[in-house]
Amino acid sequence: MDDKPKKLALIASQGTLDWAYPPFILATAAASMDWDVAIFFTFYGLPLLKKDLKAQVSPASNPAMPMKMPFGGESFRNINWPMPNILMSNMPGFEAMATSLMKKTFKDKGVASIEELREMAVELDVKMIGCQMTMDVFGFKKEEFIEEADIGGAATFLEFAADSNVSLFV
Amino acid sequence: MSDIKVVKTLDNSGLSCPMPVVKTKKAIKDMEIGDVLEMISTDPGSIPDMEAWARQTGHELLEAHDEGDKYRFLIKKTH
Repeated sequence: MDDKPKKLALIASQGTLDWAYPPFILATAAASMDWDVAIFFTFYGLPLLKKDLKAQVSPASNPAMPMKMPFGGESFRNINWPMPNILMSNMPGFEAMATSLMKKTFKDKGVASIEELREMAVELDVKMIGCQMTMDVFGFKKEEFIEEADIGGAATFLEFAADSNVSLFV
Repeated sequence: MSDIKVVKTLDNSGLSCPMPVVKTKKAIKDMEIGDVLEMISTDPGSIPDMEAWARQTGHELLEAHDEGDKYRFLIKKTH
């Protein structure tokens, strides 16, 4: 093993429930392999640092998203329900319904919730940086975020990313 | 084989990626060097994942078995 741990630098720029998964999964897996990990939460990814997580599925922005029913028999569960996005996404309550269906399907398959993964990330010392500029633009305050969150800008992230082995923009 | 003594068993049945790896890391952290952890998983990706995890962390993967409905691993803490 090398003396110096490997480094993973992630940018989380999306705040929907589905897109919240990749950065937290990669961060916790890398930290579990003793890598140093930092996630820079920017633009729509910034609310993922909020104490009260409200990430939802956004079917309108994912035209190819398959939808599965988390109940009924095996063959019923395996159907990919076609989602007429243009129509459905205008329906009140549709995002909430799609979100609860996805949460149920994930839970049934043993996938951890975003809350659980974020707790793991904290426990594994993943560095989480909230974007100062996004805070100013969207009007977020540091007090709204989990206390483990640091605040910084592009230079803060880039300094960490400069000698990282893996850098990904999600 | 007879000198392998499992000091702890971690059952990750029903958990999917990345939890088997995350929970293995947490379990290993609280063990002594030389101790062997037995880890059970049902995640079909856990054999390649545990092999990669062992290469990255330097801990020794003594065994990785596909037992049909589950996977069984023996991991020795090396540092």
